[in-house]
Amino acid sequence: MMGGYGDVQLLRDDGLRLDGRKIDEMRPVSIEAGILPAADGSAMVTHGLNVAVAAVYGPMEAHPRKIQRQDRAVIDVRYNMAPFSTSDRIRPGYNRRSREISKVTAEALESVVLVERFPRSKIRVEIEILAAEAGTRCAGITAASVALADAGIPMRDFIVGVASGKVEDTVVLDLDKAEDNYGQADLPVGILPNTGEIAFLQMDGDLSPDEYNLAMEYNFKAAAEIHEVMVDALKRRYEGGEN
Amino acid sequence: MGCCFARFGEEEMSQGRSDAELRLVTPGMAIGPCAGKRIGSGAIALNDEIIATKLGWAKEFNGTVSVDPINSSYIPRSGDLIVATVAEVRNNLWFMNINGSFQGLLPMSLAPWKVEFGAARQHMGIGDVALARVQEVDECHNVVLTMKGIGLRRLNQGALLTVPVNHIDRIKGKDNSTLERLKSASDCRIIIGQNGKVWVDGDAQGIAWSRAAIEIAQRSGHKDTFEAELTAHEKNAPIRGEQ
Repeated sequence: MMGGYGDVQLLRDDGLRLDGRKIDEMRPVSIEAGILPAADGSAMVTHGLNVAVAAVYGPMEAHPRKIQRQDRAVIDVRYNMAPFSTSDRIRPGYNRRSREISKVTAEALESVVLVERFPRSKIRVEIEILAAEAGTRCAGITAASVALADAGIPMRDFIVGVASGKVEDTVVLDLDKAEDNYGQADLPVGILPNTGEIAFLQMDGDLSPDEYNLAMEYNFKAAAEIHEVMVDALKRRYEGGEN
Repeated sequence: MGCCFARFGEEEMSQGRSDAELRLVTPGMAIGPCAGKRIGSGAIALNDEIIATKLGWAKEFNGTVSVDPINSSYIPRSGDLIVATVAEVRNNLWFMNINGSFQGLLPMSLAPWKVEFGAARQHMGIGDVALARVQEVDECHNVVLTMKGIGLRRLNQGALLTVPVNHIDRIKGKDNSTLERLKSASDCRIIIGQNGKVWVDGDAQGIAWSRAAIEIAQRSGHKDTFEAELTAHEKNAPIRGEQ
């Protein structure tokens, strides 16, 4: 069980959540592509109070040479939370959590990027969390996905990061900070919106099979909504385009 | 699935051919069924459907479906005329920055001078710019350059600018018509390398005007307003101003 504070009330008497959302309602999402002129591709995702910026550089020659793969590119992801992203200052630099998220993000992105097109290369993805309110890895993956498309990196699909969880024995979509801290389970997934495949899945806490199925149903519904916002962001960036 | 809307200049781009179709697609978006179609660049076949792998304009021409990317990195091809910068010098070769994923290699045997072993940096040092041609590219992205050929030389003066690789055709125009306009308006020598590097040489006023023209291409090269913006900029051209 997450948190361990079982006496914290996370659902109101009228069935809504503390921030007034329904149990299957997502926080508002907005995306802007191409915000960093120095990067080959970039995007900023605002998901509730989360703000994630992703920048993509490359493909470039992989250095040091020992990381090169003769048959494909490697994706080098660096996920970092800014010291000012939470109410308590975060010590700058890599830590266990950022290493883990960087690794799972890289593995998720490798499943959609056509890495075999760029042998011996490296694609560098920098994810910076400017403001955090639960679900930063999902916002980071979504931002990285849009930034990769903006950089012209070939991919077979986008990845949308979404999460569901359980609070007070109720499955809810898109946990906020209180629900993430004091809830019973968290299920972040990376979904390929066009094919419906799952690129990564993590689970913290316990869910019954029925609860898991309901959480995944919520996640797929949210992924479709976020995918529309992603496509719209890229269309807006190149509106009036004629090639 | 996804977006499909009418495109400015579609008739012009399709050159009046009725079988040409163009629409903006994002990675993972289904372009159409595979049956009877050949798959060109920027697309893959998946479950009997053609799927876009890049953000760009999908088009069908002579039974081949492809995607013209809005943003892409330079992929060197044998025979490309490029403007390269010296990145490293060894006793018998130069490593050149070709604005691509990998550096190009210029051996002294393919330089236009008689070079003694160990005297390579007497002819070109780090930061020097040269007009070269891509001699060979292998499957591991090893790029060999040559400076043996008519007009290939070290570029001793002038300014080096950068344009997006996918806007080069737009800047050159049909039969180099736009490039000739830029040259005559600025009274500068301009060479557009296929790697997105542009060399401009002339008086300071002409170079400044050319730099502004290239900035228009960077900003609006993919938009239908490019031609109008360039025409407006031509009214401020140094040559026109003197007349």
